[in-house]
Amino acid sequence: MYIILVGGGKVGYYLTKTLINEGYEVFLVEKNPIKCHTYGERFGSVIMQGDGAEAVTLAAAGAARADVVIAVTGEDEDNLVICQMAKEKFHVGRTIARVNNPKNEELFRRLGIDVTVSQTNVILSLIEQQIPNLPFVHLMSLRHADLAIVEAKVAEHSPILDRPIERIELPPETIVTAIVRKGGVIIPTGQTIVRSGDELICVTKREREGALQELLGI
Amino acid sequence: MRVLIIGCGRVGGLLAGRLSDFGHDVSVVDANSRAFRRLPEKFPGRVVLGTGIDEDVLRTAGVEQADVYVAVTEDDNTNIMSAQIARSVFGIDRVILRIYDQARAAVYRQLGLTVICPTTTVAGMIEDEVLRSSSTTTRIP
Repeated sequence: MYIILVGGGKVGYYLTKTLINEGYEVFLVEKNPIKCHTYGERFGSVIMQGDGAEAVTLAAAGAARADVVIAVTGEDEDNLVICQMAKEKFHVGRTIARVNNPKNEELFRRLGIDVTVSQTNVILSLIEQQIPNLPFVHLMSLRHADLAIVEAKVAEHSPILDRPIERIELPPETIVTAIVRKGGVIIPTGQTIVRSGDELICVTKREREGALQELLGI
Repeated sequence: MRVLIIGCGRVGGLLAGRLSDFGHDVSVVDANSRAFRRLPEKFPGRVVLGTGIDEDVLRTAGVEQADVYVAVTEDDNTNIMSAQIARSVFGIDRVILRIYDQARAAVYRQLGLTVICPTTTVAGMIEDEVLRSSSTTTRIP
């Protein structure tokens, strides 16, 4: 698999290093000539100085045969254009963009970027998971159809307590995929009874999260 | 007509002044407050300080009411992203942007945006002049 990376900051540098070690064919494009020189000494000839949004640069980097283009510069507008140029002009199958401003994640997907990675959102969600007793935690957002995997704790006063799942009216487009109870994991069936303090791992649409929280008494 | 202009450089500033002279309702966005000095002294339109790729800044500038959207900052990629926000988030049909790089200009023209590429335009004009002068002047052997 041939991967082109654009942007040799901290993310680009370590990503290049990791991907090379994992045996991928990697090529890094970086604007700053001084950085290119330093990295060149470490990585050898897999680095090129240039502007990754320019068609000539992408062509020289071999974009026409690239399987993946990853744009990880510090500027969102550059990452967007790099990925769109890769897609539209070189028909690269998969484009991945780093999103510096989390507000842009949604926009990038709408504009055809295959995968977006927002450091801010990733860090936020990791920290959230580590805070004890948070009743509602986003575990993961899925790209398609605005789905999310959430972990929600059933409150003592929740209206669904002590009822089997088949008799609980969950919000539309929501399913309970697992229940964490006293450290153990239960894969629920319709007959599984929900207890106070259970943590439900649910797949749900983002717009249903509010209704789900209400149902669980959060 | 309500026109929103992103980028108050020489082109953005001149355009803003002229369109408002024609009686259009013009708003201008620029990330640098010093850029607004390029506007005419009694510019009647709205001036918003901020980046043209932030939806909230654009909302403040009245993007939701805009009939025409113009992205003319100095940076091609900023113009490209800004124009696409105008089109896909705010549904503006008439979006005009400047792209200096001709390869990028071609790609985004194909995606349906109205792209002005000064590089090809100016080069073409100069070329015409060059060719004209060569056909009218006689070289002394």
